[in-house]
Amino acid sequence: MNQNSDIAKYKDVLICGEVTHTKISNATKELLRTGRELSDSLGKFLHVLLVGRDIGEAASEAIALGADKVHLVSGAPFEESLPEFYVQLLTRLCAKLEPRIVLFSQTDMGRDIAPRLAGRLDVPISLDCVRLDVDSDSRSILLTKPVYGGNAMAVWKAVGQNTQIATMRLRVTKPAESGDSRQGEILSVPEIMEKPTIKEELLCTVKEMSKGIRLEDAKVVVAGGGGIGGNEGFRLIEELAQTLRGAVGTSRVPCDEGWMPKNMEIGQTGHMVSPDIYIAIGISGAPQHLAGCSGSKYIVSINKDPDAHIFKESDLGLVGDYREALSSLIEKLKSILSD
Amino acid sequence: MNIVICIKKIPDPEIPPAKFKLDTESMQVLPPEGIPSVINPYDEQAVELALRIKEKNGGKVTVLTIDEEASPAIVKHALSMGADEGYVLADAAFLGSDSFSIAYILAQAIKKIGDVDLVLCGRQAADWDEGVVGSILAEKLKYPLVTLAGSIEISEETLKVRRVLLDGYQEFAVPKPAVVTVSNEVGKPRLPSGWGIISASRREVPVWDASAIDADPALTGGCVARKELVKIYAPERERQCDIVEGETTEEAGEKLAEKLLKFGLI
Repeated sequence: MNQNSDIAKYKDVLICGEVTHTKISNATKELLRTGRELSDSLGKFLHVLLVGRDIGEAASEAIALGADKVHLVSGAPFEESLPEFYVQLLTRLCAKLEPRIVLFSQTDMGRDIAPRLAGRLDVPISLDCVRLDVDSDSRSILLTKPVYGGNAMAVWKAVGQNTQIATMRLRVTKPAESGDSRQGEILSVPEIMEKPTIKEELLCTVKEMSKGIRLEDAKVVVAGGGGIGGNEGFRLIEELAQTLRGAVGTSRVPCDEGWMPKNMEIGQTGHMVSPDIYIAIGISGAPQHLAGCSGSKYIVSINKDPDAHIFKESDLGLVGDYREALSSLIEKLKSILSD
Repeated sequence: MNIVICIKKIPDPEIPPAKFKLDTESMQVLPPEGIPSVINPYDEQAVELALRIKEKNGGKVTVLTIDEEASPAIVKHALSMGADEGYVLADAAFLGSDSFSIAYILAQAIKKIGDVDLVLCGRQAADWDEGVVGSILAEKLKYPLVTLAGSIEISEETLKVRRVLLDGYQEFAVPKPAVVTVSNEVGKPRLPSGWGIISASRREVPVWDASAIDADPALTGGCVARKELVKIYAPERERQCDIVEGETTEEAGEKLAEKLLKFGLI
């Protein structure tokens, strides 16, 4: 088999995009930046698949954000449709485009669909990547991802010339910027699904909105961990967050222990945040937690254990009982802010 | 309800980061000295979920692991928690298998067990943090799949599975048999009872090799891996921590407020 012709066969970059309220989602904007850079290094086109209702505007937005070709499928978005629908759609699109790589964000959708698609196509996959590079000699795509909960970084390369699949961690790159003069093509893809093959049935999707500012949007995040000792202690955490007009989060322990709801967890298996100030209280600093907040501009930590790992990852630290520290911190902040 | 859970042995992920050692030359993670390997915590939650389902609906819980050392330790841990049966899959031909080959080996073992209603996997393994074996396994078995489940309700023909979303949840109905990957919302796994530990320690754990599960060695092992590791390295630490001091913790708290103000952070 002639290898060069194989390389030529697999060409472009395909992004599986997400639309929220008829606009390109923030996660997809980040993916568009990564995808654009990769397409440029490979000298190939950037394709974007968008699925949803009333997404014509989002298609133009995707082009302004860097896409060369947008494949539009009008249908129910991920949260209202079956994963199998996406897998069949992508399988068909991959057969047509023979992309070099299919990129997803590490979101509810990406985590679910990307491995299914890899299984269906029997092609290499890397989840939760933080960077993509093109090897200058081999022209292979190098995928870097944290492993061992973030204790190490691994760089992977696909074997063979098949299409490969990757998901990108959120918040490791800035969203793509819009260039209004950018040109691109919008293609409508007919929605075809082999209905009889679908065994799953989606009964409902329920959104549980946490009160207050969304963690991802907050400029200040105050997070409590196992050191808080129970639900009670989170009152002080909430008071500090309110004082700084921030949002409250947790590490994994308070969720596992049932002190706080799961939808407040920050880390590898929860929210990814990058506020201006991240205040970690009673959090030991497991790499799995730091994965969710290490993009913060400034990390402040309070912990009674002077050897806690979190101090190695912080800019400012306080060693002591969090109750005593927080009561005086909150009081002082209130007096400063009221001046 | 016959449930099979796929479990994996990993280096203890709860060790302090300072004890984590890498050999960048051989591209290997060095197991921490004196700290035994453990069952992947996400898989332990899958065991917990299976045991709860069994308590409510009856049935049998079987665990499967692939282990090059053919060690029965984590299978025995699951038995001590309350699982009924366990098998170790070990063969020189399995060494270096990627997620696809792992899924193939597990699928072959599940076919051998037969009469399975539900296959559970942890959402990901806390070593390589991939989270793809369960999904590929569903493809290999041609079973329906729900990922990141927090709970499962069983009825006559179907499973009602709650999939956890970042800001809510979804409910799916799937026919049996199905593959479900389990998220950490299940909650804390039970501790083995004293009697559980004693009886598990006395159990023989059968070891199945490639021929026992009718696995084609040409489809397993490092030589058919779909990707290769190019490099592994420790991430750089970029922050320098300024520790705020005070006579008392309260005083340090006040100083912390002043520092935040001084740095223009508030």
